[in-house]
Amino acid sequence: MAEDTQTGEDPSGVPATHLLPQLVAHLREHRARLSDEWASRIRDTHLLEAMTPQEMVAETTAVYDNYVEVLETGSVEALQHYARDLSERIIPRGVETHEVVGIVLLLRDVLARSLFEKYEGDFGLLNQVLDAYEPAANRIANTVAVSFVEERERVIRQQQDAIRELSTPVLPVRERLLILPIIGVLDSDRARQLTGQLLTGIRTHRAKVVVMDITGAPEVDETVANHLVRTVDASRLMGASVIITGLSPTIAQTLVTIGVDLSKMNTIGDLQGGLEEAERLLGYTVTRKEPSTSS
Amino acid sequence: MNTGPALVSILRQGSTLVASIHTALNDTEMVRFQQDLIRQIGEHRARGVIIDVAALDVLDSFASRTLRAVAEMARLRGASTVVVGIQPEVAYAMVELGTGGDALTTALDLEDGLALLADLGQSGPARG
Repeated sequence: MAEDTQTGEDPSGVPATHLLPQLVAHLREHRARLSDEWASRIRDTHLLEAMTPQEMVAETTAVYDNYVEVLETGSVEALQHYARDLSERIIPRGVETHEVVGIVLLLRDVLARSLFEKYEGDFGLLNQVLDAYEPAANRIANTVAVSFVEERERVIRQQQDAIRELSTPVLPVRERLLILPIIGVLDSDRARQLTGQLLTGIRTHRAKVVVMDITGAPEVDETVANHLVRTVDASRLMGASVIITGLSPTIAQTLVTIGVDLSKMNTIGDLQGGLEEAERLLGYTVTRKEPSTSS
Repeated sequence: MNTGPALVSILRQGSTLVASIHTALNDTEMVRFQQDLIRQIGEHRARGVIIDVAALDVLDSFASRTLRAVAEMARLRGASTVVVGIQPEVAYAMVELGTGGDALTTALDLEDGLALLADLGQSGPARG
């Protein structure tokens, strides 16, 4: 986090911090004009287009006030809270990191520009004001960007957990027959979890045949493929045979190209065929009941 | 021949021998188990052997090699071998370490093992 590294970095020391109240007063005084200017700059650069104009006004005013407050108090805590809260609201709407950083930098520029205007007569004073303003402004930009990224990482972690929770159900369809539909990307973490669940499932359901359907898996890399082969072998050691169904054209080509040994795998085109084969192995015959012909 | 409590019980059920390993065996005990079992196949004129390893949560490479050897020896003595009750963790570890051996015939538990032996018996000369 930025707050520790940036404190006391201001080289001009006392005289510059002394100017901050004056600066804050100036920004408060021209609040409406400056935040309008900022909002129009945001529109011009086509940032935050996911937001409606009303929302934008509300958010820009809030950010502006927070910004000035940080300049005044030197404490970024409130801003951090606000930035995290804002990120939480805008991340689901697809706002990108560059947009967030972009708008904060725009505000920094807009305010700096107004300072130039105000102090253009006194170059020495302007320099001192900028000495006070710049570190604080950079720190704010830093805080907002970091908060946004942190919030996004939190969302990503949460989603990863959710995916892991979804996991892979092992479903008994008939006595001694399990199906294992695999949906989504199989990474080695999920593959390991899948193996554990399958082997435990074989024991609890006393399964003899397992149909593993990978129609929903977009791709399989070499590690995962080898893991699947080992899972099939381990299932066999527990007395269950595994039928793999739904290998997509891409996966079939990948597996053969990278040279995974699948000669021991029993594969069948689709889930329907796999279930039919499984029923055959288990000795089931499924017959359709003819509709009774009543005259 | 046994000193101390039995670590393995070998029971006869018709023409099938059921050997249950109750606890992890060290290498010496494993070898003695192998000798006992192979000898008893002849004594009982067994056609099938079931080795139940359900009580084991570890099966090291020596033990799995011995199991494969037992299966092959039993075949030479005229009996088919089925290993039953391999635990999930054990199964995965065996495959991971490459000690699984495609040579083993396996079934989920004793019941399935007996059914499998019955199937093998019907289909003429059986392979271990």
